[in-house]
Amino acid sequence: MTYILIFISAVFVNNIVLSQFLGICPFLGVSKKIDTALGMSGAVAFVMTIATIFTYIIQKTVLEPFNIGFLQTITFILIIAALVQLVEIILKKVSPALYQALGVFLPLITTNCTILGVAIMVIQKDFNLLESVVFAISTALGFGLALVLFAGIREQLSMAKLPKGMEGTPISLLTAGLLAMAFMGFAGIVK
Amino acid sequence: MSNNSNLKVFLNGFFKENPTFVLILGMCPTLATTSSALNGLSMGLATAFVLLGSNVVISLLKNIIPDNVRIPAYVVVIATFVSVVEMTMQAYVPALYDSLGIFIPLIVVNCIVLGRAEAFAAKNTVFKSALDGLGMGLGFSMALTLLGSIREILGTGKIFGFTLYPDRYGMLIFVLAPGAFIALGYLIAVMNKLKKA
Repeated sequence: MTYILIFISAVFVNNIVLSQFLGICPFLGVSKKIDTALGMSGAVAFVMTIATIFTYIIQKTVLEPFNIGFLQTITFILIIAALVQLVEIILKKVSPALYQALGVFLPLITTNCTILGVAIMVIQKDFNLLESVVFAISTALGFGLALVLFAGIREQLSMAKLPKGMEGTPISLLTAGLLAMAFMGFAGIVK
Repeated sequence: MSNNSNLKVFLNGFFKENPTFVLILGMCPTLATTSSALNGLSMGLATAFVLLGSNVVISLLKNIIPDNVRIPAYVVVIATFVSVVEMTMQAYVPALYDSLGIFIPLIVVNCIVLGRAEAFAAKNTVFKSALDGLGMGLGFSMALTLLGSIREILGTGKIFGFTLYPDRYGMLIFVLAPGAFIALGYLIAVMNKLKKA
């Protein structure tokens, strides 16, 4: 039951993009087409799950026993950066097709705040390892959902006639605002 | 290298290359921490401090850091300054630390900081990098304070906590998530219009 609640909460109620404001850069940057949006979501889901497991283990086995919690930020970002590099190298070797699809997004992920954000949130919320993994996967799904929905709207939007000043970022932000309003309808389902 | 060009570097961050309105970088803290003017300002200043520190250190180390590992090296420098800010805020302004929450450690992955390190500090002198960091940081603070003020005025009828009109007339939506997107969208549209005029 807890896992279902974590899932619903992370995907809908506290959607990472639309209510927590994490990962706005890729949300605005790679949402022009549904294809690229799917690719980016896949890459994020992949890295986020692995990164959360690694950072969680390091936090519990190194940072906490040795009482060096203040190194959390530095340690986590280094783990994530190294992991992204590793995933890139392995993917290139093992599955060139997947690398083709996700490759361009991988370097961007290091500076994607969702990854570090989820790694820190999991610690703050005091989840156990399994809950953390469920949380990471659901958050990534929520990110993907928001990204794909938004990309779909933007594909339509590119055909609309807009005032000059509203083109590009402003209209995307307004659309995102309306989407966020729609997601507010989920508020209160899960505490 | 006249005074004029130094001034230009400093002012760059305010208008021509304002990180928020023109470069559209660092959107996450921009949207998340501007529910009030004070939060926006403090987030801006925290980021400005990190930018200044990391720009100076990185431009001092630019000849020592090997090219292949420059990004991880930059990230470590930035993370160090972020930890400093984090611990200082936790000790002296715990209330503010709580309200900015996770976005303090997330300054590490703010694209502005890494972007300026890569695009400016790695190629310029220490003094210029410091100016650039300061200018960009203050430009960012300015943008955040502006957005925070707009949201606070429209949402609660207050600015920096001073009441302008009774808050029952306020539009709560501007304090919540959708309002952040909408207010920023219109602000950037206005900036675009002003830039062309």
